[in-house]
Amino acid sequence: MDNILEVKNVVKQYGDYTALNNVSLQVPKGSIYGLLGPNGAGKTSLIRIINQITMPDKGEVLLDGQKLNLDHVKDIGYMPEERGLYKSMKVGEQALYLAQLKGLSKAEAKKQLDYWFDRLEIQGWWNKKIQELSKGMAQKIQFVVTILHKPKLLIFDEPFSGFDPVNANLIKDEILELKKQGATIIFSTHRMESVEELCDDIALIHKSNKLIEGKLIDVKKQYRSNTFEIGIMTSNVEGLMYQLTQKFTVGQANFKSLNDDLKLEIQIGNSSPNELLNLLAQNGQVTHFVEKIPSVNDIFIQTVSK
Amino acid sequence: MSILALIIKREFIAKVRNKSFIVMTFLSPLLMVALAAFVGYLSTMKSDAKEIVIHDASGLFVKDFKNSEEYSYLDRTTESLASLKDSINAEKFEALLVIPKELDNKKLASEIKYISNESPDPDFVSDLESTIAKRLTKSNLEIANLDTLAIKNAQAIVKVSLSKASGEENVKGLNYIKVFIGAGFGYLIMMFIIIYGNMVMRSVIEEKTNRIIEIIISSVKPFQLMMGKIIGTSLAGVLQFVIWAIVGGILLTVASMFLGINITPPAAGMATTAAEGSLGNLQLYANEFFKLPLLTLVISFLVYFIGGYFLYSSIYAAIGAAVDNETDSQQFLLPIILPLMLAVYVGFFSVLNDPHGTVATTFSMIPLTSPIVMLMRIPFGVPWWQILISLVILFGTFFLVVWFASKIYRIGILMYGKKPTWKELYKWLKY
Repeated sequence: MDNILEVKNVVKQYGDYTALNNVSLQVPKGSIYGLLGPNGAGKTSLIRIINQITMPDKGEVLLDGQKLNLDHVKDIGYMPEERGLYKSMKVGEQALYLAQLKGLSKAEAKKQLDYWFDRLEIQGWWNKKIQELSKGMAQKIQFVVTILHKPKLLIFDEPFSGFDPVNANLIKDEILELKKQGATIIFSTHRMESVEELCDDIALIHKSNKLIEGKLIDVKKQYRSNTFEIGIMTSNVEGLMYQLTQKFTVGQANFKSLNDDLKLEIQIGNSSPNELLNLLAQNGQVTHFVEKIPSVNDIFIQTVSK
Repeated sequence: MSILALIIKREFIAKVRNKSFIVMTFLSPLLMVALAAFVGYLSTMKSDAKEIVIHDASGLFVKDFKNSEEYSYLDRTTESLASLKDSINAEKFEALLVIPKELDNKKLASEIKYISNESPDPDFVSDLESTIAKRLTKSNLEIANLDTLAIKNAQAIVKVSLSKASGEENVKGLNYIKVFIGAGFGYLIMMFIIIYGNMVMRSVIEEKTNRIIEIIISSVKPFQLMMGKIIGTSLAGVLQFVIWAIVGGILLTVASMFLGINITPPAAGMATTAAEGSLGNLQLYANEFFKLPLLTLVISFLVYFIGGYFLYSSIYAAIGAAVDNETDSQQFLLPIILPLMLAVYVGFFSVLNDPHGTVATTFSMIPLTSPIVMLMRIPFGVPWWQILISLVILFGTFFLVVWFASKIYRIGILMYGKKPTWKELYKWLKY
């Protein structure tokens, strides 16, 4: 598989504290990769190593098959969780400066800025100082600054925190657009709904160790419990319940339905779903039959609390 | 443009655009001139002469007191002492000088009284005493029947004429010029280090509190950022000094036109001709000033300035990186300010008394004090090898300190929310 980023057996220690314990990751090219983990798990340490802010004590990081070096700075765009810009500097100058630090020429940076200012409809902000902007406005600038130099790899640390829903959606669309253009995106987050929605791949880091990694769908398959939620309208509740409990593990389900029906959660173990469905169909009108897919949140909590 | 140049440019522009910088740059020379003019104006203003009432029962001294700009004398010997004392109490006059009638001069001398509400200027009192003493001496001589004229002729008046071995005429207080120049440069370096070092520190703290630091150092090396900051800030400072020098130069030219000092270096013979009178002295001072090793001074000022400033400001940068806000920086600032203060005190007390003594020489070698102390010594003539050694030590230390500072800086800028201790800073060096 074609990976844009490979982290190989990285160890990072601060004094006696181990922030990363032999962590390896593979980020496929063109994917949206969710780097998950509770606070203090080691996500930021890892991201700082990828950004060459700190060096790993052991192990190495490959970008596009090459060992990380200073030339890679221009290939990576990073938006830290703690956002910040120079408060008393004008928006335009600031963005130009930061883009030039990433290796863009002044003319190219100007061109890109004009494009993005147009696109996000913030043309009038060029001469404003950051301190005159609202928090949400400053976040837009922050986003532009991150992607201005068209990096191959974008790293967003908690990208949606601090955005109002409208702007969060706007940024989400832009991120998807960047993905379409070929960029790879790493999300570091503990907000699972955005992972569920956007990520193709995930890795879970907990207490300095990587616990899970893989395609989101594969991870989910791995965590599936062969449980089905069913809804059925039947006059023979007791008889049905008896038959079900003979064969499967049955519990109460809780989903929304328009019908006044019996809602159950049934774990079928190694039996085939058809077996369950047939049994239900013989006893009444099936209104609901869905495999219960583990949410990322479930997987997260289940793994972390293990 | 290289990354370092970009950072320097940004730091420079950020400093120069700052309102307080602009105000400081253009307002302070004007303020200095205005202050000088104001003081000058005040000193030309004359207050009314103070009135001294004389009650001279002996009648010997009344004619000896001559009115001056500051004091006028009123002879009220005819009035009663009691009423005169009352009028002193009523503050009608400044003071009352009571001289009793005594035949014995010794007794007379011990019974003269000066009565006033406010304590008198000691110079004035000693003038008063010498006026009376002169008259009494004369009277004593007459009583002893001595030839006063012969005695007067016998009195020798000595005025030592000062000159250098090279034969040129010297002026008392020429040392003061050297001291003044050296101290001026030394002081300038100290001020610059404190003002601009603090500026470097504040700008590091600003990046930390703004949280932009993580974005910046994902693009550049912390060392580049630190050096860019230090250089950019110092360039802003140099610009400020150049502006001050130009404005000062213009003012000096204007002032010298008024005072009639020839500021071009004089021809060899000229110095000896200008001798007497205050104007002559002024000319002599000016001549001496231009005979100082000015080129050496200016060059060494620049070199020591760069060494000293970089040394200190990298420490300032490290402190800025280690703390979260300016108040936390105080505990770390003391060890910086101390050697600077020490340098200035050593400069003022040791160098002036003995510019080539052990204390002065030692402190002009120690890197934390050498930029100031050595500059104060240079006007007195320092062997070149001493300057060389001191510079080697200074720049050696500079590289060492920058290396340490950049390590602390690298770790510190990513540490938030805790006030580090000295112990922790030491630990960071080992990360």
